[in-house]
This record gives sequence, structure tokens and C-alpha cells, in this order.
Amino acid sequence: MSSDDARPAMRLPAALRRIDPAVAIAFGCIIVLLLLGSLYSPEFLSLDYILQQLKVASFLGVIATGMMIVVLLGQIDLSVPWVVAVGGMMSCAATAYGEIGALLAIPFGLLCGITLGIVNGIGVAYLRIPSMIITLAVNAVAKGLMVAYTGGFSPQDSASAAMRFIATGEIVFGIPNGLIVWALIGTGAVFLFTRTSFGRAIYAIGNRERAAYLSGVATQRVVMIAFAISGGLSALGGVLLAGYASRAAQAMGDPYLLQSIAAVVLGGTSILGGRGSYLGTVAGVILITLLQSILSVMQMEEFGRQVIYGVVIIGMLLLYGRERLLR
Amino acid sequence: MDVAVPLFRMEGVSKRYGGVRALEEAELNVHRGRVHAILGENGAGKSTLIKVMAGVVAPDKGRMTLEGQEVSFPDPASANNAGIVCIFQELSLIPDLSVADNIVISNPPKRFGMIDRRAQRRIAEEALARAGGADIHPMAPVKELPLSRRQIVEIAKALARRPRILILDEATSALTAADVVKVFAVLKRLRAEGLALLYISHRMHEIAEIADECTVFRNGRNVATYLTGTKTDNEVVEMMIGREYSHVFPPKSPAVRSDKPPMLEVRNLSWMQRLRDISLTARAGEVVGLGGLDGQGQRELLLALFGVLKGVSGEVLIDGKPTVIGSPRMAKSRTAGMALIPEDRKTEGLMLPMPVRDNLSFAALDRFCHGGIIDRTAERKAIDEMIKLLSIRSDGVDVPVGSLSGGNQQKVVIAKWLMMTPRIILLNDPTRGIDVGTKQEIYQLLHRLADSGAAIIFYSTDYDELIGCCNRVLVLYDGAVKRTLVEDEITERALIASALNIAVEQVEAGIKPAINA
Amino acid sequence: MSDWRYRLAEQRGTLLAIAIFLVMFVIYVSNHPAGFTANVVQTAANKGVLLALVAMAQTLVVLTAGIDLSVGMVFTLTNCIGSYIVTGSMGTALLGVLGVLVTGLMCGALNGLIVIYGRLQPIVTTIATGSIYYGIALWLRPQPGSDDNFNSDIADLMTSQLPGGIPMSLVALLMVVLVVWLPFRRSAVGRAVYAVGSSEVAAYMSGVPIRRAKFVAYTLSGLLSAMGGLYVTFITYSGEASFAGGGSYTLFSIAAVVLGGVSLFGGVGSAVGAIFGALAFRTIGDLIFVFDLEALWQELFQGVVLLLAVCIGAARLFQVRNRLDLFS
Repeated sequence: MSSDDARPAMRLPAALRRIDPAVAIAFGCIIVLLLLGSLYSPEFLSLDYILQQLKVASFLGVIATGMMIVVLLGQIDLSVPWVVAVGGMMSCAATAYGEIGALLAIPFGLLCGITLGIVNGIGVAYLRIPSMIITLAVNAVAKGLMVAYTGGFSPQDSASAAMRFIATGEIVFGIPNGLIVWALIGTGAVFLFTRTSFGRAIYAIGNRERAAYLSGVATQRVVMIAFAISGGLSALGGVLLAGYASRAAQAMGDPYLLQSIAAVVLGGTSILGGRGSYLGTVAGVILITLLQSILSVMQMEEFGRQVIYGVVIIGMLLLYGRERLLR
Repeated sequence: MDVAVPLFRMEGVSKRYGGVRALEEAELNVHRGRVHAILGENGAGKSTLIKVMAGVVAPDKGRMTLEGQEVSFPDPASANNAGIVCIFQELSLIPDLSVADNIVISNPPKRFGMIDRRAQRRIAEEALARAGGADIHPMAPVKELPLSRRQIVEIAKALARRPRILILDEATSALTAADVVKVFAVLKRLRAEGLALLYISHRMHEIAEIADECTVFRNGRNVATYLTGTKTDNEVVEMMIGREYSHVFPPKSPAVRSDKPPMLEVRNLSWMQRLRDISLTARAGEVVGLGGLDGQGQRELLLALFGVLKGVSGEVLIDGKPTVIGSPRMAKSRTAGMALIPEDRKTEGLMLPMPVRDNLSFAALDRFCHGGIIDRTAERKAIDEMIKLLSIRSDGVDVPVGSLSGGNQQKVVIAKWLMMTPRIILLNDPTRGIDVGTKQEIYQLLHRLADSGAAIIFYSTDYDELIGCCNRVLVLYDGAVKRTLVEDEITERALIASALNIAVEQVEAGIKPAINA
Repeated sequence: MSDWRYRLAEQRGTLLAIAIFLVMFVIYVSNHPAGFTANVVQTAANKGVLLALVAMAQTLVVLTAGIDLSVGMVFTLTNCIGSYIVTGSMGTALLGVLGVLVTGLMCGALNGLIVIYGRLQPIVTTIATGSIYYGIALWLRPQPGSDDNFNSDIADLMTSQLPGGIPMSLVALLMVVLVVWLPFRRSAVGRAVYAVGSSEVAAYMSGVPIRRAKFVAYTLSGLLSAMGGLYVTFITYSGEASFAGGGSYTLFSIAAVVLGGVSLFGGVGSAVGAIFGALAFRTIGDLIFVFDLEALWQELFQGVVLLLAVCIGAARLFQVRNRLDLFS
């Protein structure tokens, strides 16, 4: 049947053709926001402010990186809230064990996150449970474990010095360490996506798992590892957050679920999988962080922030997130 | 019943998909009380033609008239309302609903605003009986029915709509011979009642039995319309494929005689009830064909060899050594060195939105990797080589592979596997829906691959391909090898006879009119 | 008798949910210090009905192969609105009730319009709209509170106990099933919803009104969430805009829906199953108290049970013989 759904490609110059319109719009919005903010107060364009925003954004950035990997596969990770909390709480808990504990705090927190991620991965890849459900269940289990561990009270343990350092310190030229962590993770992600067979496999599976399988790719292993990475990154986010506040807190990860999904989607990654660039996710993270910060500086009440948040997401998606017509 | 004036007429209808002309100034007349068959190769435009008639697809230009009035159909529902109902192969059944639900889906009987289940049941039973499916329970969920039963439900569903024009698109391909007899009885009765029937099929013997007139399509155009029986099969085939077809196949290399064990040997392969005790060998340099009617196990055999099926019993030996292939990954590995060109390139062979470059290197990616990291230069070199080797025409390697024509897409699938330098190549109907030019290129390629020492297993639904390319053909029937034809034994008559499970001598002798190619 | 066989098979998920619930409930009641008394049932029913209503709302959207992450926020929003307008005389209070329900309808309709005409994916759409609904709720009730004029008569009536110990909440739930769910299920548009969820392509080819089906599904979903929000207003006499609370309802509704045999892929399942899934889920949580385990373990217990339930459901996949069937 010669009914190929081919369409003539748009005739843009080659260089411009490579730019994803979603990413361009996202960055455009960032600039617009900064300019609008500067109308309110010139502080908005100062280096201090921008660095502060980037530092806050780095926590979301790390978590959103994990979410992006999972979304590229065509899946979703709803266990982010409590895996973040596990990362924060367990690393603080390890710190309370003295010298060795403090040393191993960060790896221990990450390990917990990776383990939860592997549980997700096994469920999705090998048991073919819809990711929405298994990650929801793992989220509930993680919450249960943490609630039981802390006895329902706020976690009392403090963060280790190392944790505080990577979250709040500054090694280089006044650039916050948190940002450096995000930059490293981000570079790793970009490298993964563009230069490794694993990254290629992720895009392929998100596009058409059947074809990837028939091409001889170990699709199940790739999916499981992807979820493990996502769990690890969520936990890293928790470690950073705990380091920032010097301690963990109940429900510390809750806001990050919707924010990370929104950041990934606003950055042009398709929620159905197979399409998206990391640059877009960076834009999405900064956009969301900026939006929240501007709204709070404007002393917009929480309710207004929520509404604007929702309206902005829908508005931007209507610009570039629409599906094709069936006919 | 005025037969002279057509009930439905299509004039000058054209439809393009990107660079591909699916229909070009197509013309068609459909009369009441007649069965009108439409013939043509894959890609000739038959499918697009009926999609335009059924409102699934909008034509770029042209007009359609029904009872003399001009009509256009923005969606399938409007075509149905006009009395044009199309029976697709099974795309329009809702899997999770019951048979009765499906039959009345577009217009369920209602009482006080709610669906009247009893009336629905009556309508369904009546329609099923008319369609020869009285044994199908109306409450059975459609997803649990085998394909042949689903086809009957699809027919019942069409009949329940009380159509004026009924279009059947390869509607009998999944039916058993007994079912076909029943369905034909129904169609003949409908014809007598004044219904207009459009029958698309590539089964010449069915067309000879049921059709009153035939139209041949080629390259999107109506090439000829004639009354059934007024043209010989050869004339019809020539109209379908155009004259240039005769010298399309490269000369076959004689089968290699060697003391080495065959590259691939299969012993007593069985799976569920779909594969029964299949044994075959393929030597280096051989092209072994799989023939037979659709659905006799050919696809399952290839999938079983490639490690996709679970619960397969029997032995597979590669170079004489027993090998277990439990997944495509293992099939691809150096020990087995197998490649599978799958059935549906769009959902199984390619990731359509991804660039040509990524699709091409996908199967062989490990070859360019050191520790998981891709060596871009080596990859690029191999990609360029493949594009040249197969003459893949595309707008650069960064465009999505979905924007290529069908023939070039298939070349990308083949190139993807050739990068692995496979020793055993399995092909699942590789030239389906491909233009003639690309087909020739693919035949040349297979010939070269065989010459360079690969063993090829080639399933095709096209007899000419089997005759032109293969050293041996195994004809499958109901999951078992019914007959093996070697070299000169591979003729159309022999293939058809074996496919239909009839002795060749019978065919030669006197059953010609009934089978009629 | 094969008719019955098919009917049973069709309701398999729902029947399983009912069975699970009954088992859980029997364990609960037999271990409860007070035993099978009217008050025990009343408390359980009141809590269960809330989640049941939200689960019904989720079912409607999931049937179309979508997901609604805003159900908890519509619940919260309608709760807050109700705390303001279900006031005064019986007449004005009833108008207030109507207003709450209409709000829910509109929220659902907005979700539907964006998904259908905006052609956005349901998951992101409802995340965004959920945020909007929550914002409005927070504006209405920055602090939990109630109106002095609140008509407690209606509230008490709806949360009371009928003679014989039957909780009014269950009766109300039954009414919702009879008045909303069953007519929907048996209507042409209800069938269209199942068709769309099962295979949108086949539905299109069959001339099923896809847009109408989706619109009705989302709108009714909003209505059902509003009923839940209304009911919690009756119980607490007040409105509270809690992000965590609303979020919990959303996520638990997904769990309830899955336990209730509704397929996340669409086209399969029933709101009745989701109701029992919700009741079972609630009861599981309550089993903690009954077995004298630390309240702390409740979350963990619920999570582990959900995990197990979901893994057991996956056991079917081991029958798959052609691995290509594992992929959609």
C-alpha cells in the first residue's frame, strides 16, 4: 500500500532546521520573563539574582534529568516525591552514624534511590506493569518506610558537611556548587543521549519499542537501568536539598513531581516518548524556577502562583505540544 | 434495476502522500446488482481508492457522484449514512467490546435513550446468520475471536448497516475455504437483491467465481475495465504489472555443492499449533523460499528462528552446531549472525520519527562502540557506505526516516541489517508495497548477498519472486512443509497447487477453469 | 448457559474487586474491638465513599485511555466552594449544592475541551488544570474554615444513619451509581467512551463520535469529583485547601481504579469495580488499627499491598508465547 504519510520538509536553512521550536520558545519565554521582571525591579537582571535562581534551579534540574530519561522511554516516574525524601533522609541518617557514616552519607542516599529505581525498572521492564502504577506503589512504599523510620516526626538528623558543601558551597568564582553538580549531571546526560548506544536505545524504545526489540537491543535491560538512574538522580536531588537546608524534612520531595514533569514537557520532550533534547529540559527547569521566583518576589499569593503556573503550562503546550489530527 | 446507469461514479480523483502518487486521475463506475472486482499490485492504489470512497481519506481533487448527485465524505460516518460501507480486514472492530456491540456500533437500537440490548442481540444474530457466522456467540468479546471469525463479524457489521454499496478489501484473506464458500453464497444473494459490490482481492480464482466485471489499477490509474472471463490471466497480469516486468530477476546462481555442514539447519521445529514439525536446511549461497497462502505459518517460522517466540520445540543448528536462540539479541550475535527483515517496516523495522542516520546504524551500533561510547566517525563512514551501496535516496541523513518513500524505507531496513554482515538473512515479505524499480534493486542485492556466501530464507506472497529468486521453495500449508520444489520445479502452477494442497498433476489435467491461476 | 458465562467474564475485574473488598472488610470487622456495629460501618462508609466518588471520576477518564491528575483538586475546589454556598435556608442551600455540582461539571468540561480541541495529552493537561483548580481553592480558603450560616441540616442528613444501621453515605453512593453511572453505561455515548478507549482508530473507522464521547467522559468525571467534594463538606462542615490532601485523593483514585479492575489502557472496567477498589483500599489502611499495629505502618502497609496487587496482576504475562505481543 503506497500510503506513506510523508510530508515535504519545511524549507528552512539547515542550521535553523536543527533547532527544536519548543526549545527556542522556552528560552524565548525565559528572556521575556526576565525582561518583565526587570520592569518590576532592575534586580532581576543582576548576576547575583541569576546565580541564585540557577542554584535553586539546580535541585529541580537534577531531578528533572532523571524524569526526562524515563519520559523519553514513553514512561513516567511518579515515585519522585518520596525517592527524593529517601535520598535526603537516608543520607542524613547515615551521617548520624559517626565518622564513617558521614563519609558514606551521600553514596548511601544515592544507593537507596537507585534501589527503589531498580524496583520500578523491574516492574516496568520485566513484569510489564504500567509505569504509572508501579511508581505510584513504590512511592507509597517509600513514604511508608520513611514515616515508619522517623516515627512520624520531622527527621532529626542533620546533613553531613559534604552534603552541605555540595549544596551551598562555592568552589569556583562564586558559582554555587549545586549548579556545578547540575552542570556535571547535565553534561553526563547529554553525553549519554548523543554519544552512547544506551542513549540511542532510549530514544529508539521511546519511539517504537517493537522495532528496537527486533533490532536486537536488550530493551528490558535498558528500561530497568533508565529507572535506576532516575531513582538515583531523584535521591541526589534529595541529598542536595537536605544539604541546602542542613536537614531533611517530611514531604520535602512533594513539589518536585509536578515541577519535574512540567519542566521536561515545557522543554519540548514529548510525554509519549522518543523525542526531546536536554537543552529543552534545561530551559524548562529554568523557566519554572524563574516563574516561581518572580511570582514570589511580586508577592503574588500562593493561590495566584498556582493558577498562573497552570495557565502558563497549558498556554505553552498549546503552542508546540499539540498532537496530529487523526485524518 | 437499470444496469446501464452507474449507481456510483468516481472521476478524476487524485491523492498524493508527500511525493507518492497514490491515485492519479482515477476513474470508477459501480453498478447495482453487480460484483465489481478491483485488481492491482500492492501500491497500485486500490487501498487508497476505497479509503476515499469510504470517507477515511480526503481526495486532493476529483469528484464522486452517487445516484447522479455529487457527494463528498468528510468522515467514515457520512459515507456510511450514504449507504457506502467498507469491510476492512479487521481494523474497525473494537477489541474490548462484544460481537453484538460491534455489529451495531454506529447506530445502536435505543429505547428511552438507553441502548436496547435485546433488540441489539436480535439484529446481531440476524446479521451473523446472513454473514455465515451463526456459530459465533453475540456476547463473545471480539478480542478473543480468531482472525477468521473476526472477519465474519466485520462482514455481519457491514450487512447490519443495510448498505447500497458494499466494499470488501481483501476480506477473505483470513478465511478458511469453508468460510469463503459461505461468504460467497451471501454475496451472491446480496447481488441478486440489487446491492452493488466492490471486491478487492489478488486471488484470481475467487474473482473468477464471484465477479461480473473487473478493473485493473496500476500506479494509481484505472488501466482497464472488462467483463470477467473476457481476458486471459496472462493479459490481466500484464496489465497489472506493465510490460517491463519480464527480465527483472538476475540470473540465479546454481546451488553450491559442499561438504561443509549447511549454514542453517532446522529439525522438527514446532510451536503451539501454528508450526508443525518443520525441518529445513539452507546452505551458504542458497536462497530458500517460503511459499503458500497467507497465514500458513511462514511468518511464525521466521519469528521462531529469530528468537521471538517462546515455547518453541525442535533443534536449530548453525554450521552444524546446535544453537539456542532465545531472543533477537542472541540471533544477532556473532555465533548466529542472523538478520530479520520484518513484516511491517513502519512498526517493526524502523523508528519513523528518528533520522535516517540513527535508523541505519541501529542494529550494528555495537560495532562502532568502545565501552558503550559511539565512534561517530566510524559510524558515519559505514552509513555513507551503505547509502551508496543500496542507492538510498533521501534528503540527507538527518531527515526523519518516515519522510522517505516506501521503497527507500525498506532499503534502510535492509541496510541496517547488512551493516551487521549477517550470514543468515531472513526476509518477511520484503517487497510488499514497494515500487517495481526498488524491487529490482532488492532482487539484485539478494543475488549478490547469496553469491558472497550468505544463506537466505525468503518469504514472499508474490509467486514471481519465488520463481525468480529462489533455488528451492518450501510450500507451507497449515504450519507444515507440504512440498519442496527445487530449481526448475518452481513454477506458478506448482506453487499454487501446493499452496492449495492439491497435486500438481490434478491441476495440469483438468481443474484449470476452477483454479484459473 | 453460555450467556451467563460471558456476562461473568465481562465483569471479571469488578467481581474480583468486590471479592477483595469483602475479604478485607470481614477481616477488619471481625478484628475490630467493637465488632460489626452500626457505628463501625458508618465511619468506614463515610471515609470510603469519599474515595469511591473520586475513584468513579477517575474511572470515567481512564476508560477513554486517558488519566486525570486533577480529580483531587476538583474535589478540593468543590469542597471549598461548598463551604461558602451551602448556606442559609434549605432552599438556598440546595441551590448551593447545585452550584457546587455545576462547578465540577465545568472543571471537567475544561479538561475535556483542552484535551479534545487543544489536542494535548491528558496527563500534562490535568496536571496544569489541577494547579489552576487548587489555586482557586486556595484563594477561597487560605485557611480551613466554614461559614457561620452553613446549613448543617442537609449535611447531617447526608451523613446520618438510617434505621437499621445503614449509613446514608452508602445510600447516597448507590443513588449516584443508579442515577449517573448506569444510565451512562447503557447509553450510546457510554458505549462510545469504551470504544474510544479500546481502539480510537477502530472507533474512528466505525463512525463513533469520538469527541462527544471524550467530552462527556471528562465532564461527568468533574461532576463525580464535585459530589465527593460536596460530601466531604457535609462531613466536616468546612472547606480546606490542602495540596497534600488533594494530591492524595488523586493518587489513591488511580490505585482504587487499578484495584477495581479498570485497565489503564482504556476500554475495560466499570465504575462499580472502582468503588470496591476504593473501599478495599481504605479498608486495607484501616486494618492497621485493627491489628494494633503502629499507625506509622499504615502507609507502608497500603503501599506494599498495592505493590503486591499490581505484581500479581502481571502474572498473566507469563502466558505470552509471542514476545511481540508484549509490545503495544
